[in-house]
Parts: sequence; structure tokens; C-alpha cells
Amino acid sequence: MADKLRTLQNLEALQARYIGTGHADTTKYEWTSNIIRDSCASYVGHNPLLSYMSVGMGESKEKTRVIMLEKMVRGAGNPPETQE
Amino acid sequence: MATTSHMFMYSLTIQPPTAITQAVLGQFSGTKEQQVITASGSKLTIHRPDPTLGKVTPIFSQDVFGIIRSLAVFRLAGSNKDYLIIGSDSGRITIVEYVPSQNRFNRIHLETFGKSGVRRVVPGQYLAVDPKGRACLIASVEKNKLVYVLNRNSQAELTISSPLEAHKPQTLVFAMISLDVGYDNPIFAALEVDYSEADQDPTGQAYEEMEKVLVYYELDLGLNHVVRKWSDPVDRTANMLFQVPGGADGPSGVLVCAEDNITYRHSNQDAFRVPIPRRSGPTENPERKRSIVAGVMHKMRGAFFFLLQTEDGDIFKVTLEMVEDENGQATGEVQGLKIKFFDTVPVASSLLILKSGFLYVASESGNHHFYQFEKLGDDDEEVEFSSESFSADPSAPYEPVFFRPRPAENLNLMESINSLNPLIDSKVANLTEEDAPQIYSVCGTGARSTFRTLKHGLEVSELVESELRAVPSAVWTTKLTRSDEYDRYIVLSFTNGTIVLGIGEIVEEITEDSGFLSTAPTLAVQQLGEDSLIQVHPRGIRHLLADHRVNEWPAPQHRSIVAAATNERQVAVALSSGEIVYFEMDADGSLAEYDERRQMSGTVTCLSLGEVPEGRVRSSFLAVGCDDSTVRILSLDTKNMLENMSVQALTSAPSALNIMAMADSSSGGTTLYLHIGLYSGVYLRTVLDDVTGELSDTRTRFLGARPVKLSQVSVQGQTAVLALSSRSWLGYSDTQTKSFMLTPLDYVGLEWGWNFSSEQCLEGMVGIQGRNLRIFSIEKLDNNMLQESIPLAYTPRRFVKHPEQPLFYVIESDNNVLSPATRESLIKDSEARNGEAASLPPAEFGYPRGTGHWASCIQVVDPISDKEVVFTLDLEDNEAAVSVAIAPFSSQDDESFLVVGTAKDMEVSPPKSKGGFIHIYRFSEDGRKFELIHKTGTEEPPLALLPFQGKLLAGIGSILRLYDLGVRQLLRKSQAPVVPQTIVGLQTQGSRIVVSDVRESVTYVVYKHQENVLIPFVDDSIARWTSATTMVDYETVAGGDKFGNLWMMRCPSKVSEEADEDGSGAHLVHERGYLQGTPNRLELMVHYYTQDIPTSLHKAQLVAGGRDIVVWTGFQGTIGMFVPFASREDVDFFQSLETQLATQHPPLAGRDHLIYRGYYAPVKGVIDGDLCEMYFLLPNNTKMMIAAELDRSVREIERKISDMRTRVAY
Repeated sequence: MADKLRTLQNLEALQARYIGTGHADTTKYEWTSNIIRDSCASYVGHNPLLSYMSVGMGESKEKTRVIMLEKMVRGAGNPPETQE
Repeated sequence: MATTSHMFMYSLTIQPPTAITQAVLGQFSGTKEQQVITASGSKLTIHRPDPTLGKVTPIFSQDVFGIIRSLAVFRLAGSNKDYLIIGSDSGRITIVEYVPSQNRFNRIHLETFGKSGVRRVVPGQYLAVDPKGRACLIASVEKNKLVYVLNRNSQAELTISSPLEAHKPQTLVFAMISLDVGYDNPIFAALEVDYSEADQDPTGQAYEEMEKVLVYYELDLGLNHVVRKWSDPVDRTANMLFQVPGGADGPSGVLVCAEDNITYRHSNQDAFRVPIPRRSGPTENPERKRSIVAGVMHKMRGAFFFLLQTEDGDIFKVTLEMVEDENGQATGEVQGLKIKFFDTVPVASSLLILKSGFLYVASESGNHHFYQFEKLGDDDEEVEFSSESFSADPSAPYEPVFFRPRPAENLNLMESINSLNPLIDSKVANLTEEDAPQIYSVCGTGARSTFRTLKHGLEVSELVESELRAVPSAVWTTKLTRSDEYDRYIVLSFTNGTIVLGIGEIVEEITEDSGFLSTAPTLAVQQLGEDSLIQVHPRGIRHLLADHRVNEWPAPQHRSIVAAATNERQVAVALSSGEIVYFEMDADGSLAEYDERRQMSGTVTCLSLGEVPEGRVRSSFLAVGCDDSTVRILSLDTKNMLENMSVQALTSAPSALNIMAMADSSSGGTTLYLHIGLYSGVYLRTVLDDVTGELSDTRTRFLGARPVKLSQVSVQGQTAVLALSSRSWLGYSDTQTKSFMLTPLDYVGLEWGWNFSSEQCLEGMVGIQGRNLRIFSIEKLDNNMLQESIPLAYTPRRFVKHPEQPLFYVIESDNNVLSPATRESLIKDSEARNGEAASLPPAEFGYPRGTGHWASCIQVVDPISDKEVVFTLDLEDNEAAVSVAIAPFSSQDDESFLVVGTAKDMEVSPPKSKGGFIHIYRFSEDGRKFELIHKTGTEEPPLALLPFQGKLLAGIGSILRLYDLGVRQLLRKSQAPVVPQTIVGLQTQGSRIVVSDVRESVTYVVYKHQENVLIPFVDDSIARWTSATTMVDYETVAGGDKFGNLWMMRCPSKVSEEADEDGSGAHLVHERGYLQGTPNRLELMVHYYTQDIPTSLHKAQLVAGGRDIVVWTGFQGTIGMFVPFASREDVDFFQSLETQLATQHPPLAGRDHLIYRGYYAPVKGVIDGDLCEMYFLLPNNTKMMIAAELDRSVREIERKISDMRTRVAY
């Protein structure tokens, strides 16, 4: 039992530290939100990718960066209604 | 690297990326001089701006083998030297200084804070340093912020504290800067959005009401912790912050830049807001809002201003107004904000203002610019908009303001620094009939797009070209006395005579009193001793003394002089009988013959004496080249005069020899070299041991088809060798690594060359080409890739070469830009209403924009004769060109047609369109023009086109379709869905087609002619977002993906054979698919992370006589190559060298080298040549240590490294 508790605590510590660490009850919404935010953060962080997209979209790099950050704000959209 | 892998590639960069991620300014040398440090890809480069010339020159560049995400500069109080902080993907914070004495970067601190990589919560995206250099904050996009306290210890060394956390979960940071607070506690300002509530609210209301807040984080230096001190909502669209000077210089606070407005904010001041003026003009949409994309704050003598740039490139000058007290003194209170148009420059990723009055613009695309300020826009007629008329409340509406763009008034362009970024497509072809091919590329975006020709060579500036009466065979220059600073005579030798020209104000012939024998050709000219001259001619040696006396040494009867070598104290001549006669100057200045002559075994073809070393009376070696294909080194020491010291056998008779001391990377000082040119056109360079006369470390290079001639010249303060064959080459030491470089000159082929020095031209060269005498000089040795550019209309997307003519067809398109037709009708409308409207050159101001519009055209470029665009065809109906090919159709007697795929009303993200078209054009006037025959509609845009067996293959969505040419339209012949997503590229050999998918790697398809079916038979097990591919051989494809990887895949041989079996291919069709793909999988041969996105790959040769290599170009302007290894021994050697280098000299930013190169997938089958070349940059003792580990000599290692490059490329 103690082992299980420790595992749980470790997992919780991980989840607090690294966003996106999943758990047994991860919903589809949480998962997709995470994927979207991870991807957009990667687009913003990798400079060649950001310029590649900017040239494709015909925007300046700063505008593309803001678009990507706004996508991170939005995530996967509104969360689903929770059934009580 | 697994030992089982049997294919190994050596990866090298020919040209590093030219895109600048970020540029920073600082006094890195610790002197008053400001330098610029730029980050491009993984390269960190320091540049020196030269205010007198108005030029920026790179001083040193280093690969950090990591992704540089952000840079920041700081200075400790009381110090005069700036340090650099690098935020990279290493999960560490790196502090670096520049050491000017060694011209190297030196890492001072490397502190690990957590995970590596470029991820959502890994700090490094934002980096802000307190202006007083007391603390820095490194933050990630989401949640994490770490504050480090910077200080100095008792030895005045920089110290760094352990990090203090200021995390806030579920909060995104849009911008981060430090506040200027003087010597109060350091404060950092961030633009943040907290999305936690929106993620919990199914109604979406929380998202609608979400606020963007400006947050101040204060570092309490006394308590050593960080607090969230203040936060206040700002405009939801805010994207950038700028620091407002504080302390004694200003009110402190920040400028918050949002869409269409700029607000001044500070915790203890009122807010002030000004709108960003919009462009007015007939083609401008008055509703379009601009935002700030770049900017810079500049402080000078108690005043300060901001230059902020919009996405159109317009720079606005923003100033703050202060409340004044009754004495007219500024109080600390802000009264308002003012904005006015300044000038228009290319959209920048970084703007830097130098104290010397220059503006450095690191452009987002195309060339970087260096401007000089003419004035600061203080008293011009531009309308100034003040915050007085606008409410500071971000939600309050206001009337937009407008300005009229005009040509630059305040800035003067001094230098445009070549940049290939973004490099969108390239071709390797030899169209100029030279011995090495050129690289043709399309680069840039919008109206600043260019077609560029890249060529290996050094830029030459010609000073004089004059035609002579006859064809001279040789030319020399000489001083008259030892103390002469410049050359005084030019001596020209003809088949039957000699002419002497005097160098003065003008160059003119000297007919009398030169003392030279004018009736015979000359073999050598030399200034001897203090003030005498000698002329060696076939019949003898003529010694011209200062008092016009002439001493003549006649050649023995029935013998003539065939070769001569001279220096300021010694003369050696070879007679037709094979005898060598040696003279030395004695104490009274006369030439004394050595009493013995040396008989050589064959006819002597060339001789060389080295220069007399400093402090010695003679050069102790004479190199003799004989027609029995040998070079002998003879001793000139009195003990063993004219005795053999060493011999080198050659592949052909030597045509020229030159003993010369040159800078050397192995020893760190200078080394004596013997340069040998052969009749076969081969050039050799060997090290000549200055004691034993042994020859070692021979390096060979093929220069051209003619016998090589060599001469010693001086370029940029260093001794260099001019080697002439069918092309002229210069051998010199690289300015950074000191390794030997041999680069062709971008100049006519010369027959003879010699050093030339005059008052006008200190380090020049004089050469003969046919009947012409040419004087020229070489200004730059740091750039050996020459570029020529031709402007294009819009962003190029792809291009093809005409099958026979040296012409290229470039398809170009720009999103959200008005088409020429729309522009014209708008201008006409406005002219009808308001009269003439001035139009601005799009190359500087860009095109007018309109959402959803496309401007697109096809241009014919002639890069060889006309060097311009010879024909343009604009596309109409909002079509945008997406693909191009030239296809011969067998149904039309193999006539070639230009085929262009277009998309109608395309939207880029998410991809959407109203179908596409395939246009067929017929060539006219040898391909200089073309006209539309017909166009065929397709359900989706045809993103890939390929001529295939007399027909046309098109990738339309996931369908591969075979078309034949009909009279009214293209006729479908065969089709099959072959990939899961979207076809973006096609390659073919025989009946095999390699199809690349936008995100599902490559699939091999076989075309069965009899059944007329297309059958996919092998695909990949990894989803690669393919950006470019090329077939290396029938089984193997090399490709790149959008994440910056390069890979090679090979089809298993059994699968390959089965696919090509005769018959219907029924066995292929009926084979069961494996895991929802084709029945078979490709094998990964090679995988390597390059960071830059590969945009094109070619299998090509880059130098004459070189092997086939894979050349690739990257989006940010990289040109690189993969060189296949021939032997396993070499692989082992380079593998151990790589390991040694990675451990002895770990990458600067703290990223593990192997992890960096295996960023997405482990490196396979590739040796990182860029890492191996770091060896040249190491200090000598580290070089020796590594050499000892590898059981080789330093020279041997350096030779192996440089051979890998020079054998196949530049």
C-alpha cells in the first residue's frame, strides 16, 4: 500500500512539474489541448519552423508567433460539459 | 552509431545559415568599440561595424551545436566589458565572453536548470537582463520563470546565484523585458494570459472575458526572492514590450505594443495611448490594423526615443513627453506619448542602433541592411500624433490615423549584407561552361525576392586593363633599391624582346637608361642587394648597378639559360645542358659564381629559391624541377653546397616551383612550403622542413587543363600563392582557422601573374591575359561564395530549368497581397476621383495587402547573358501557382511544354481551396516566352508535377494521376490513391516513382506499363513531414523534413526486385498491406539533424574531378553536403575524432553534441564534419592532446579533415 501511495505521490509531483504528464483519467479534451499547446510552443521555439510557416502564410514572423501563442491560449476550444 | 550500418556520410556545411534569429549590440572587447553578435541557426557570430567605411564585417563565428533561442547582453556595474547570455535548448543558462586577443568565445558560466529541448515549459524562450547587470530572468512560453542573481566576487569575477523561481502554472507569456529602475530592486515585466478558467468553462464565456495582463516581477535583493508585485490588464492583442529608461534618464515603465495602438504603462504613472498610423493610399485597405513586429529604444545624452516597426516595414518614432516644472525642468511624470512616421526599411527580426549613428537591420527575409542616420526626424513635416486626443482605456474606440509613406529621408543605406534566407529552392547546374557547376537558387519573400547565382570564387576588383602591341609571355615588377616602399618598374618579356615600364603617376615606357637588355626575352628580374638590379635572359645574367654600370655574365658557349630563380642575395640558373650555376652576392655587392656546377639528370624545367629568412644571409634550399617528373631539393649551405637533400617524384613534369613561408594552422606560426605546379594542371603543396629539407604532407589539387604557373603575392597582409592554370586560383590561409584555402578568382584566365605594389594599390597583382596587361586586387578573403542576384516579383515557390536553354522558370505567389489587376483598378478608381496618385517601389514598401487575395506569376529568368527577368506572366482569377514542371509529351513528338499547377482561392492554414488547375504553356523564342494552350481543372491543387515516360504525373491530394496532353485539356490515363495525406513531391527513375507525402514520409510506386496501373509497394514506418527529396540511386532516396532532419531510405533489394518483375503486377496488387500501409517497409540508412529545414537536395559534383555528393539547401540559407565515405578506416578515424572533440571541447552552449544531432531520432550513419572542423579552432595544446589520443600527428589530422572538404567541395 505504501508503495502505491508513493507511486501516486511521485506521479503527482511529476504532473505538477511537467505539464501534460497524463494520468489514468486523462480526457480527450485534456489530451488534445496538451498536444495543441505543445505543438504551438514548439513552432514558436524552433525558429526555422516559425519562418517556414510565416513565409507560407505571408505574414511576418512576429505575427505568426502571436497567432501560435493565441492558439495555445485557446487549446482545444471550450471544454465539454461535465456530466454530474 | 551502430557498427552494423554499412553506409556512412560525412556531413559538412558549405555555407552556414544567413537568417538572423536575434542580434545584440555590446562592447564585447572591453573597449569603446561596439560589436554586433548575431545568432543564426546554431552559429554565433561576432561582427565589427566599421563606421568609417559604413560596413559590417564578421570577425569570428562559432557553431555552438545547439539551438540558440535567445541572446541578452549585460555588463556588471563598474566594468567596461559586456557579457553575453545564451538561452538555448540545452536546459542550461550559458554566460559567454568574447576574448579579443584570441578571437574566441570563452564560456564563463554554465548552469543547469532542468530539462533540455525546446518545449513548452523549458526556460530559454525569453531572456531579460536588468540594465544594471544585477539579475537576469529566463522564462518559458508557459509557466516557468527563473531569476538568477549576477554578482562579482572579491577577484572581480562574475558569479551567478542558484535560480529563484517565479513560476505561475497555466499562464502563457507573450513578451518579457526588464524594467529600467536605476538601482532599486530589479523588476521584470511580462505580458501574460492565464488560461486556467477558460479551460474549465464549457460555455466559452471565460475565454471571451480573458484578459491579458502586464505583470511586474520584483526581485528583492535583500530577501533574495521574487514577488509578483503588480499586474494590470492591457489590450488583449498586446504582443510586445519595450523598456522605457528609468532612474536618472527617464520615468521608467514600459511601452505595450498591441494591434493598432501603443500604450505607455507603469505602476505609478497614468497610462497614455497612441494609435499606430495606417498607410493611406488608393490601394490600401483603411480598415487594416498594423502591429509592431520589431523595435529598438535608444538613449542619448539625457534624451531617448523608440523606433518601432510595423509588419509593413514602416518605422515610427515614438517619444515620451514629460511634465515640466516652473523652471522648465522635466519632472519624473509623463505627460503624453507621441508617434510619427520615420522611414521604411525591410521587416526586421532585430533592430540595433549604434552609438556611431548607424542602424543595423537584421532582416526577416533577404539581405540584412546597414544604414547611417542622416537625421533623427526631428524637424520634418511628418504629422505627429499625440496621446492627448486618444483615451488610454484599451476598450475605448477611436478614429484611426493615417500617414503617407514616402521614400527614406532619415536613413541612408550603407551596406546590404547578402543573405539567402529564405532559400526556397535551388538547382546545381553548369551553365557558364566553367569547370565547376554553379548553384542557382530562388530566395526571399514578397517584393524583395531574388534569383541568385552562387559561384565558388573570390571577388576581384580590377584597377587597370590595357592592351599591348604584342602578346607578352611574362611580367615582373621590381623595386629599384631595397628601401623602396613600392614597385618602380614593370618588366614585360616578349618572345623577342623586353620592355620596361615605369610606375609613377602614370605608367609609361622607359626607353633609355633602364639598363635592361631590350633585344632578348627575360627569364627573371630581381632587385639585388642594396640598390642593384639583375635581369636574367637566355644568353646571360645582366647585373645593373646603381651607378649605371652593367656587369654581364654570359652563358657558356652553345648553351643557354632555360630557368632561373632569384632572391635578394642569391641567383641560380639552369642551363640547357642540365647544369645548374649558382651565384651569391658577396660583401662588395657583386655576384660571385660558385666554382662548381651541378649536373642534373634531365632537363631542368623550373627552379625556386626561397626568400632569405630574417637574420640569415641566404636561403638554404634550391628546389629544382626536372622533366623526369621529379623535384629535388639542393642544399645551399657552404658545407654541402648543391648536394641533394630530398627528392619528390611527381605524376608529371613540374612547370613551376615556389618556396614560400606561409601561416600554418598546425604549428600556430609560419612554415616553409614548397608549392609545385605540374604540366598536367595539378598543383601540389608540401611542407619543406627548414633544417633537413625533407618534403612531407603533400596535398594535391587539380586546377585546370593548362600547365600551372605560380607566383608569390601578398593579399590582406598575408603571403599567398597565385596559381594559374585554365583558371586563376589563390592559395591563402583562412582568416579564422588559418587553414590553407585554394579558391578560384572570379576573373579572366591569366597566363602570368606577379605581385604589384604602388601608392594607389598596396597589395595588388599584375597579370597577362592574351595581349592585355591587367592590374587587380583582392579585397576580401572571408567570403568565397560569390553571389549575383536578379530581383523577382513575388515570393518564389519552385523553379525549373529549360531542358536545353540556360533559362529558368520561376513560379511565384504571395498570399494576402492584391493582384496587379486589382491594384490597377483601385488606382484607376482613385485617379478618376482624386487625380494622379504616386506609386511607391514595392521592393522597399511591399505590395498592398488584402486578406484572401493572391498575387502570382510565372517569370522567365536568364541568369547568364541578360542577367534579368525576360518574361513575366501574371496569373488571374485569384489563382496561385503551386507547382511547375517541363514535360515532353510523346503524343506531341516529344515537344516540351511548360506545366504549371495552380490553386484557386487557396487558404494556407488550415489548408483549403476551391480546386486547382494544370496550365499547359507552349514555348516560343527558344523558351524566352510562352503562351497558354489550355488549362485543366483538378479537384484539389496539384502540388507536385513530374514528366514521366512521355506523359505527365500529377499529385492531386492523395491521388497520383497520369495525364496525357489532349487538344482541349489534359486526358486522364491512370490514377491511384498512393499516400495517406497529400502528395507534395515526385521523383522518378525508370518505372519507379518516389512519392513524398506532406506528413507520411515517402512511398515507392511502380508503374506497370501494360496494365497501365500505379501500384504503391513500399513505404516508411515513421511519419516524416517531407519537405524535399531526391533519388540517390534506384533503391535509395535522400530527403529532408520540416523539423530539420536529413535522412536516406533504401528499399530492401528483394522487394525492389519483386516490384520490377515482368508481368501484370498482380502479385503486388494482391499482397496484403502491413499495418494499414503498403506490404513492405523502407530501411533507414542515414539520419541526421541539421536544424535548418531542407528545401532541396541534389546529387551533384561541385568541383571538377570531384565525386558525386548530396548537396542540400536549407530554408535559412544553409548550403550543406553529404559526402559518402569510401573506406571503413576513415569512418573509424573520424568517429574517434568526433568523440574526442565532443569530450575535449564540448559545445559552447552546453548542449550534448550527440543529443543535438539526434534531436528527433538518433544519428545514424553520419559523421558531423562541422564538429571535426572545430579542430582547426582549438588551441595548440588541445590539438596535440587529441592527436596523441588518436595516435596521429596534428598535421595528419588537419590534412584528413581538410581533404574531406577540398576533394569534393570548397
